[in-house]
Amino acid sequence: MQIFRPGVNTVAKISILAGALVTVLVLNFLFVQDRSPYSRARAGIAVAQPVRFSHQLHSDQLNISCNYCHASANEYAYAGIPDTHTCMSCHSQIAVYSELLEPVRTSYETGDPLVWNKVHDLAEHVYFNHGVHVQNGVGCETCHGRVDQMALVWQAETMTMAWCLECHFAPEDFIRPADEIFTFGYEPPIDQAVLGEQLLEEYEINPEGLGDCWVCHR
Amino acid sequence: MSSQSIPQQAPAPPLPRLGEITETVTNTIFGKAPLWWLIAFGISSALAGAFVLVLGAVALFGTGLWGINVPIVWGMGITNLVFWIGIGHAGTFISAFLLLMRQSWRNAFSRYAEAMTLFALATAGMFPLFHVGRPEWIFYFAPYPNTMILNPQWLSPLVWDAIAISTYGGISAIFWFLDLIPDIAAMRDKAKRPIPRAFYGFLALGWRSDSNHWERLHKTAYILAALATPLVISVHSVVGLDFAIGNLPGWHHSIFPPYFVAGAIFSGLAMTVIVGIVLRSGYEGLKDFITMDHIDKALKLMLITGLLVTYGYMAETFGGWYKADAFELPLIIERAIGPYAPFYLAMLFFNCILIQLLWFKPVRKNIALILVICVGILIGMWLERFVIVSVSLSYTYLAPTWEVFNFTFWDILTIFGPFGFFFAQFLVFIRFLPSLPISETQQHAVEVAHA
Repeated sequence: MQIFRPGVNTVAKISILAGALVTVLVLNFLFVQDRSPYSRARAGIAVAQPVRFSHQLHSDQLNISCNYCHASANEYAYAGIPDTHTCMSCHSQIAVYSELLEPVRTSYETGDPLVWNKVHDLAEHVYFNHGVHVQNGVGCETCHGRVDQMALVWQAETMTMAWCLECHFAPEDFIRPADEIFTFGYEPPIDQAVLGEQLLEEYEINPEGLGDCWVCHR
Repeated sequence: MSSQSIPQQAPAPPLPRLGEITETVTNTIFGKAPLWWLIAFGISSALAGAFVLVLGAVALFGTGLWGINVPIVWGMGITNLVFWIGIGHAGTFISAFLLLMRQSWRNAFSRYAEAMTLFALATAGMFPLFHVGRPEWIFYFAPYPNTMILNPQWLSPLVWDAIAISTYGGISAIFWFLDLIPDIAAMRDKAKRPIPRAFYGFLALGWRSDSNHWERLHKTAYILAALATPLVISVHSVVGLDFAIGNLPGWHHSIFPPYFVAGAIFSGLAMTVIVGIVLRSGYEGLKDFITMDHIDKALKLMLITGLLVTYGYMAETFGGWYKADAFELPLIIERAIGPYAPFYLAMLFFNCILIQLLWFKPVRKNIALILVICVGILIGMWLERFVIVSVSLSYTYLAPTWEVFNFTFWDILTIFGPFGFFFAQFLVFIRFLPSLPISETQQHAVEVAHA
């Protein structure tokens, strides 16, 4: 009695093809999964927060400057999350009885800070300096997306190392004039190829070596 | 079953009884496990367990368990890596190089030597994996498309190593398995019980000894042999370059690549001969296939490669003296008379002096002496790697940092454990797969009968 009938030959041949196909599919899945905005950043999915703070309302409709709350964003390594006091500078007068603001008032009374959930969490071994980027022509929008259109904030970019290096290798493609840093929906007034070169000189950026390891990893 | 393997049907000369060859080889598998096998497997498994313990401990607690520290940052991990890759080299040398040279006496060794290649590579592969201290990140050696747009450092021989060794492992595995298919089919036909029949039947991949099958098999074998032959030379050359490229006294020699290749084949042949002697004394029937004549030929090859290694030592020492380097001269003197003298002198004794006995025919017929010489070569070649790797690192350009390597308990386990790991795999192999190439031996028998 044969254990393997002649038909098994066909199965064997198909299994070779299937094996190759599965390998390609698995590799493809890993490749895509590693880069996908969904798995990397949960792009488009807002992060839940203790207070339903809307950037859309505050930034777009009320036109409050980014710097009013993120006061250290321009100069310091850490962009900064406002303390409860900053919230209360307006909300002691406005929407005083709003139920949505209950946690803010509690925090103000007890002195316990609000615990916001971090949206942009960079790897620990990256020495990221927020101020340097702002001062050298990187607009809010370039990394954070249209925050002015987000009710609750989500991470707009994958923030992989390749994504960082896109700009570090060719900053002239991304930087904008100093007075346009906080603009959302910015369009370069002239061709970015020309503007970029001018801005490099203006900001005194030397793109050479910006992609070196030590720039971000000490 | 076996006459299909004869390419042309010549009626006149009496054929050797080919069925007997199949019987003898398959009987080593279908019979009950002999006592020596059980004992050997027990000891090997225990040692392999010790090896697993070392690797687990190193992964958990760090590479500091090995006696490595600045300046001797390469210790047992790298010494054993080079040693075990060397052991593997004889396999491919015998199966690919000698196949292209049409040396049909290689048949006696080719199957099990090739298996040795695979198991030695598997053993060797463990060392870089754990020596880097972060086994889970080892894939960084591979140039895979990552989101950091980073590639391995192509200028580093360590990356060439990863590529050379994995290519070598892949080709050896395919070559070995391809050769096995007709013999697995023979096993399938001999098997009685359903589980072995299914096992061998599955592995035989539907082999029917069709003349088309044979033609394709032979063509593929020759193509693969042609691909594998340069690898015999290149893989250990690359390992030699790991050192030669480093600007360190004792490493920075252009003789390293050829001298490493000779050393690899030298130690690999020693292991092959030891295993051959064990096989033929373990299985009475195999004595007719692995004959003293085969061992004699292997020993002559060993003598040649041993002399090449001796030349390597001379060239290295002469080079060091000739360039009169202020740091290389003390190294040459220190390792011969300093704290490492026992290692260095033992290495010279085993690799250069003891092998001179092989010039004499009576020595090449004396099993006990052969075993002593071969084990001596294994010790000598291990010492050579230790002398190159760790002793050179002891005498760096910063004289105040000079250190003497300090063997820890884990270092000792790392020396002996791998032998268990290697032999356990090998013993499993000879229990389940034919340790001699049945069809090629039959073909050889027919050729001899016709001649």
